[in-house]
Amino acid sequence: MTDKTVSLPETPKHSGFIKNNLRNYGMLLSLAAIMLFFEIVTDGTLLQPLNLTNLVLQNSYIVIMALGMLLVIVTGHIDLSVGSVAGFIGAVAAVLMVRYHVGYPIAFIACLLVGAAIGAAQGYWIAYFKIPSFIVTLAGMLVFKGLALAVLQGQSVGPFPSTFQKLSSGFIPELFPSAGTLYPTSLLIGIVLAFALVLASAKSRAREQSHGIEVEPYAFFIAKSIALAGAVLYFTYLIASHRGLPNVLVIMTVLIVLYGFVTRRTVIGRQIYAVGGNAKAAKLSGVKTERLTFFTFVNMGVLAALAGLVFAARLNTATPKAGLGFELDVIAACFIGGASAYGGVGRVGGAVVGAMIMGVMNNGMSILGIGIDYQQVIKGLVLLGAVCIDVYNQRR
Amino acid sequence: MTAMLEMRGVSKSFAGVQALRDVSLTVEAGQIHALVGENGAGKSTLMKVLSGVYPAGSYEGSILFDGEERRFRDINDSEALGIIIIHQELALIPLMSIAENIFLSRAPSRFGVVDRNAVYRRTAELLTQVGLRESPDTLVTDLGVGKQQLVEIAKALSKKVRLLILDEPTASLNEADSAALLDRLLTFREQGIASILISHKLNEVARVADRITVLRDGRTVDSLDCGTERVDEDRIIRSMVNRDLAHRFPERKAEIGDPVMTVENWSVYHPLHTGRQVIKNVDFKIRRGEVVGIAGLMGAGRTEFAMSLFGRAWGYNVSGKISLDGQEADLSSVPAAIHAGLAYVTEDRKQLGLILAEDVRKNVTLASLRQVSDRGVIDDVVELKAASDYRKRMRIRCSDVYQETGQLSGGNQQKVVLSKWLMTDPKVLLLDEPTRGIDVGAKYEIYCVINELAEAGKGVVVISSEMPELLGICDRICVMNDGAFVGEFAKDDATQEKIMRAIMRNVRMSGRGAHDDAVRVRGGAQ
Repeated sequence: MTDKTVSLPETPKHSGFIKNNLRNYGMLLSLAAIMLFFEIVTDGTLLQPLNLTNLVLQNSYIVIMALGMLLVIVTGHIDLSVGSVAGFIGAVAAVLMVRYHVGYPIAFIACLLVGAAIGAAQGYWIAYFKIPSFIVTLAGMLVFKGLALAVLQGQSVGPFPSTFQKLSSGFIPELFPSAGTLYPTSLLIGIVLAFALVLASAKSRAREQSHGIEVEPYAFFIAKSIALAGAVLYFTYLIASHRGLPNVLVIMTVLIVLYGFVTRRTVIGRQIYAVGGNAKAAKLSGVKTERLTFFTFVNMGVLAALAGLVFAARLNTATPKAGLGFELDVIAACFIGGASAYGGVGRVGGAVVGAMIMGVMNNGMSILGIGIDYQQVIKGLVLLGAVCIDVYNQRR
Repeated sequence: MTAMLEMRGVSKSFAGVQALRDVSLTVEAGQIHALVGENGAGKSTLMKVLSGVYPAGSYEGSILFDGEERRFRDINDSEALGIIIIHQELALIPLMSIAENIFLSRAPSRFGVVDRNAVYRRTAELLTQVGLRESPDTLVTDLGVGKQQLVEIAKALSKKVRLLILDEPTASLNEADSAALLDRLLTFREQGIASILISHKLNEVARVADRITVLRDGRTVDSLDCGTERVDEDRIIRSMVNRDLAHRFPERKAEIGDPVMTVENWSVYHPLHTGRQVIKNVDFKIRRGEVVGIAGLMGAGRTEFAMSLFGRAWGYNVSGKISLDGQEADLSSVPAAIHAGLAYVTEDRKQLGLILAEDVRKNVTLASLRQVSDRGVIDDVVELKAASDYRKRMRIRCSDVYQETGQLSGGNQQKVVLSKWLMTDPKVLLLDEPTRGIDVGAKYEIYCVINELAEAGKGVVVISSEMPELLGICDRICVMNDGAFVGEFAKDDATQEKIMRAIMRNVRMSGRGAHDDAVRVRGGAQ
């Protein structure tokens, strides 16, 4: 065999490249198509600045939980309790802040810690006692639904202090004098973000190329960058022409970037995928499979708590019914986004896009006046369809 | 008189590996035909061809039954003719009664309603026929393995069996049960029912068989007629192992140094049957630059021994002392074992070795992520370089290191697993069946890697069921049986016959149901 260097002389085939990567971008294209569809049938209501801001606020807690759920699903488990946990944490927050007048920051941190404890309690049975996660979290779902009722004594508790409400209903402060109807700070952040994104991907492409790693074709890269930057800029423009960036959007973005990085670039992320891909092989390769599983559930608990706080702040009251059925939307978002029910496969970007698809459909169908009955039917069929396409693609 | 069954020129290959080459087999009515050979000689494959598990068209050659050519599409086709196979792993449903198991798919019924009385009556008749004194209502889970075996035979009888195939029927039985089962076969012979008996227990084969066919490397190498010549175990062993060993193994200049790993008084219990000692206080030593083989039959405890050494990855109540480089080492967990310099290359690369859906790169670096990362963040470029280096060094044939390992051939998958462990830079490698299911070319390459490792001063333990392989590459061969070492041969002193004799002698002595519990659990977990 002849000596080969790291850089292998391989001629990139463009059609092959696009075909191979279609799966990664397929969901994004579906999202764009769905948005376009609703934009047309709602006569432009969908992308009106006010509606877009609402869309973000309405779906923020689903996206936040989907990040944690993705990790849980990648390790080959499921968490059915997240809706109940979110509702329970909202109730705890309300009781702390409204009944006992605990300060906002202390209550906030206490709630996240309770979430972590809940995740640890469930993860312990799943990881170390090997009790199926479906059963443990089904139990958790009942327990925390009941506890939420108990804590609230069956009543709604509110309103929250106005500082806490800002978590969901607030916008980032404006630094510059307002120019017309646009919010310049938000606009500036969007522009910087768009350029940073393009710059970062160009840099990593150049670095990979210099080490002889096969990269996407140049034309494809340019087209992708323009589309990405364009989408971010357009989105920013719309957001900036309403009231600027919502606080929640900032939190969400930071979390998405963080989880994207952890899953793709870190040792712990790699090991989580290994556990889901083949737990026995991972264990024999020195991966601490139990501990990782445990921590994915702790992480899920914290994110469910955060989502519960965001939701409570948005409603400005904690009700016993809060969080009902969230778990279904969250799990659906992950599967629509390409996660595998058998574990080992799934991307943060996919889960976020999956959550957005669900969100846009909810929102669009509500604008169209489709009843909640048929909305559910349609959402169910979309979930089934998305997973079928995925399974079909993998079989090929 | 024409033969009942004639298999002519059967060949079958799996993804480039030739499992059977031009095998012929003739069974006459009322004959007990034994099929013997080493693990992997092709016995089970041949029986799967016969029973239609591998449908017509997936193999070459022809099957004649009652003088007519048959093309079985599945197991139902062969069963319709009375060819019934009883697998080593029993296919009974533990929480159903004997009667329900026997008539699972073909219960006598009227208008779709099962006729319970008829089922009971016929089951009772069948049980008398096989000599099992149990009520048809007894649950299968309440029976021992020996009796379960008889239920399987009763089930076969209920299907009007003409040719009964038994795959290692006595492997999990004690002496008395084995004898009873073999007597049953002799009774069937008088009734004109033919049997094909696959067995490692050559004394039993010599006792009951009318004819013995010996398979080796997927070929028929011998056919012994017990009616015309005296056949004893030695005669069978000679046929099983005789083959040309020249030029199949690369040369190595052995330079053996100080002991690199010493295991003393190592004892392991079964994780489910905590009272059963699987590894029985054994001592083991390997030196720098030495290749030590462990021979033995399946179930002898070789894999359990290796895995228990590797961070107690198998077993319960593991005890004993391990020293690496003369110092007592902490090997209490897999990460600790890897850190201490141990590597275990599994016999089951698909289930335990690889993440098949992930690419070559991620599989190669999985056990050494610390080497390619900085403060928990993986450096893509360093990782790629490491994976590409191993791809080149091990000659892994793949389109690039981003190819899914599930798409590679068995030999290349094995090289990926080996790469993963070489990357951890171990002192001692435990290789469990490192060449199972891979083609001759890839085997040679893996032998070369083993030589390189030994020359680099590492200790290499090779567990293998292929004796020529052990003789070809090892400096020393230990024979394990029933959780203990029962023989040891230096390279110059070892022959296949000596090893086979050491194994077989002890199989006979330890016939007392060593694997009784394991089989029962397997049945109970279905």
